[in-house]
Amino acid sequence: MRVALFITCVNDTLFPGTGRAVVTLLRRLGCEVAFPEAQTCCGQMHLNTGYPQEATRLARHFTDVFAGYDAVVTPSGSCAAMVREQYPRLARAAPGPSFADAVAETAPKVHDLPEFLVDVLGVTDVGASFPHRVAYHPTCHSLRGLRLGDRPARLLGGVRGLELVPLPGAEECCGFGGTFAVKNPAVSAAMCADKVHNVMATGAEVLCAADNSCLMHIGGTLRRQRAGVRVMHLAEILAATEDDPGTGRGAKAGTGSGTGAGTGAAR
Amino acid sequence: MTRSQGSRVPQGSQTSQSSQEVQDSQNSQDSQNSQGSRDRILARIRAAVAGAPEVPVTRSYRHRVPPPAGGTPGEAVELFAERVADYRAVVHVVESARAAEVISGALARRGARRVVVPGGLPEEWARAVGAHPGGEAVPDDPPLSAAELDALDGVVTGCAAGIAETGTIVLDAGPGQGRRALTLVPDYHLCLVRAGQIVPGVPEAIAALDPLRPLTWISGPSATSDIELDRVEGVHGPRTLEVVILR
Amino acid sequence: MSGVFLGMPAFPENAAAAVQDSQLRFNLRRATRTIRGKRAAVAGELPDWAALRDAGKQIKDHTLRNLDRYLLQLEEAVTRAGGRVHWAADAAEANRIVAGLVEATGETSVVKVKSMATQEIGLNEALAERGITAYETDLAELIVQLGDDWPSHILVPAIHRNRSEIREIFRERMGEWGRPAPEGLTDDPRALAEAARLHLRERFLASEVAISGANFMIAETGTLVVLESEGNGRMCLTLPRTLISVVGIEKLLPTWRDLEVFLQLLPRSSTGERMNPYTSTWTGAAEGQEFHLVLLDNGRTAVLADEVGRQALRCIRCSACLNVCPVYERAGGHAYGSVYPGPIGAILTPQLRRSGTVASRDRLPPSATRDLDASLPYASSLCGACFEVCPVAIDIPEVLVHLRAQAPHPRAERLGMRAAGWVFDRPVRLARAQRLGGRLRRFLPRRLPGPLSAWTDTRDIPDIPAESFRDWWGRTGGGTR
Repeated sequence: MRVALFITCVNDTLFPGTGRAVVTLLRRLGCEVAFPEAQTCCGQMHLNTGYPQEATRLARHFTDVFAGYDAVVTPSGSCAAMVREQYPRLARAAPGPSFADAVAETAPKVHDLPEFLVDVLGVTDVGASFPHRVAYHPTCHSLRGLRLGDRPARLLGGVRGLELVPLPGAEECCGFGGTFAVKNPAVSAAMCADKVHNVMATGAEVLCAADNSCLMHIGGTLRRQRAGVRVMHLAEILAATEDDPGTGRGAKAGTGSGTGAGTGAAR
Repeated sequence: MTRSQGSRVPQGSQTSQSSQEVQDSQNSQDSQNSQGSRDRILARIRAAVAGAPEVPVTRSYRHRVPPPAGGTPGEAVELFAERVADYRAVVHVVESARAAEVISGALARRGARRVVVPGGLPEEWARAVGAHPGGEAVPDDPPLSAAELDALDGVVTGCAAGIAETGTIVLDAGPGQGRRALTLVPDYHLCLVRAGQIVPGVPEAIAALDPLRPLTWISGPSATSDIELDRVEGVHGPRTLEVVILR
Repeated sequence: MSGVFLGMPAFPENAAAAVQDSQLRFNLRRATRTIRGKRAAVAGELPDWAALRDAGKQIKDHTLRNLDRYLLQLEEAVTRAGGRVHWAADAAEANRIVAGLVEATGETSVVKVKSMATQEIGLNEALAERGITAYETDLAELIVQLGDDWPSHILVPAIHRNRSEIREIFRERMGEWGRPAPEGLTDDPRALAEAARLHLRERFLASEVAISGANFMIAETGTLVVLESEGNGRMCLTLPRTLISVVGIEKLLPTWRDLEVFLQLLPRSSTGERMNPYTSTWTGAAEGQEFHLVLLDNGRTAVLADEVGRQALRCIRCSACLNVCPVYERAGGHAYGSVYPGPIGAILTPQLRRSGTVASRDRLPPSATRDLDASLPYASSLCGACFEVCPVAIDIPEVLVHLRAQAPHPRAERLGMRAAGWVFDRPVRLARAQRLGGRLRRFLPRRLPGPLSAWTDTRDIPDIPAESFRDWWGRTGGGTR
């Protein structure tokens, strides 16, 4: 299967290790992975902050870049939800049928990573090994937008040695919300403080999610508090094997730092 | 916003006219304005929805509630009794032949002496109201004042319907139920429900009730959750609800 | 809408203050979490909840699409049943009509059933200006009125108060309004409810005029419906000679049968009960009462004109969205500066007030709520919990995003967004920006300047990698070299 990787602007710029983990994982599962280099950003930040024109321009660019692939996989639940839920709305508001046609063609093929693995490839055991105690934060867009349900938990359940500990209040938002974090910093920080409190209560070594934006927020707070819990993207755990426990970032990967939002313990 | 707009209300003219005249002229002015506002509001609505597509309504929810809420009458009675009790009401399920005995027993236990009986209450039940020592059935004829109702110890009524799934009793001010104040002001309400009046769910009740009658749906005693969202039974309505289900 | 909130700062400032109030945080957290669990249990108990929700949404949308026709049908039915119907285009007109009706009875006081619509129009204040005292009879509204306070929740207006605060308010203020609190009043909720019963009892028995809102109006029959818990509603609706109901035009349902949907959706979503203790329905002048219905627009037709925003008019004021909202839980209701707080308030308030948008800035004179209203659509992390619990499926995040597009944006943000858009327009620009970031990464301060300091006040920023993903892909051929 010819799969295009939509890395997302945040992962591309700040968390390249996650992208490398996705590539490692998908290849291990027999996919041919393409990286269309013309890709930039899905436009979520623009739309959610109140700039639909810019968002529409980026959405048009996205549909141009990703037309013609069997599937598009992205390690971000919120970016996948942006394409699938918001692009059709942008298309309705935009003049002319061509963009709407492009959205109708491309948007349904865009999948968040856990969804792609479970629903498209039909696997829950991806041959990973990660002997650590892990808590999973489902993130709002995966949970309520894409309705991923227990797919991530099933994937983590298939990882050798991994102990999945339940996270109290898992379904509650961490308070990131894109520009919400800077527009309403007090509430955002209060929400994150409660999330961090719940993470600490689990006794987990690692907090995992399928969206680095949320992890940047929670991880940034954990690190500020020197909490000793590191954060990792789901892809990095699924890419890790007994032979390559370096969380799949790959020996060839050079100087990647993975999810830099994590604690010092991550490095 | 209201404060600045409210100041435009003509108030100063009252010194030169009698207040009755002011009131009359203002009322007729309001009805003219109201007519103008009526047309304006309707025009705004028509402009707002012009060209919007029609919206069909699909009712794929349960119209006839299946078991456990539906099913045989016996099951409905059981569910009704259980759900009424969930509201911390006192519930009895008895054979209809024992109605009088249960009424006088309940009133005696409660110590309810003067109890109002609405017109049209079955003769046998009304007699039972005054049967315990010191008991007196007080008719609402001529209609009792609110203060008189407040001085009574309770009220005994029938009902128009019972809803099993929600544990609700519906009164429609019909025979044996009285006007709405009767079941509101006294602090104790004893309500008799015949098994045949119990319907499985809300849709069946709506279908059975007459909207042109004043209806009171009662689900347990008066309650409030206004303090820390903690439910407390008993505020302004009857603080004790006792329900007798007659099989 | 009501004047009580005039002059409030924007949401982020209000919320920042509220977050510091640990008592408030504790009260709200406890209360919202209690009700959340109850709602989930009783909604989950119905196997056809999703079908009821669909029907509720469709019935409301269908009604709004044909609102003119159904309002006329309602008017005819209410009139036929002996009631009188009045139409009020705005708050001032509604207040004028109600005050005139009360004056015509010769009374100088009224009892009130809790009503969002009358709070929205500031009726109590308007009546006071005409020498009429309005007594709130709902327990929570009584707490708010006695405490000279503002409501902070749709269902439980005094949710921000705990039992000991309520006891203090009762002890200090009940005497000024009527029967004083009993000696030795404790903070047991039972004792507090009993104090309210005693305080209001004589008032109920003696009042000649009552003012209510309504949860639903039935066009076909002219029936009004009020759901409540305490019995204060029944007291007001039943005992006084004159009843005046002020109801928003969107509260309409076409047929009596439609109630079978909403009497299942509302109690379960609202108080988390299978059914609320009391529901009263009446048609026209019931049991010899004089009945007036005041139909209120006050901005609703403007909301109706917005294709995306109009779904807010489906709202049945259950407050389920408040109870699950993580922002509401931490900021409290007052921060929203409106009688409609929480997620629904964030989309309803700016639309009803027709302010907080770029367009209204040019059209309307500066209003004291302009900055606040402009900030409300941003009072959400777009987590979607509100949409999930809404019994009439209002896609609140969708409307929030829609309103954000109309809101005025700060200049720095506009420039930043434009710059980001420019970078994202061409992959080569993005690559250059990433490389620049990679080179400068060692110079990045731990605390960022300007608006971005809001991030670094409580969180570390991630380390910027030396190499972006795209550069790694280009250099290694996707890890194959």
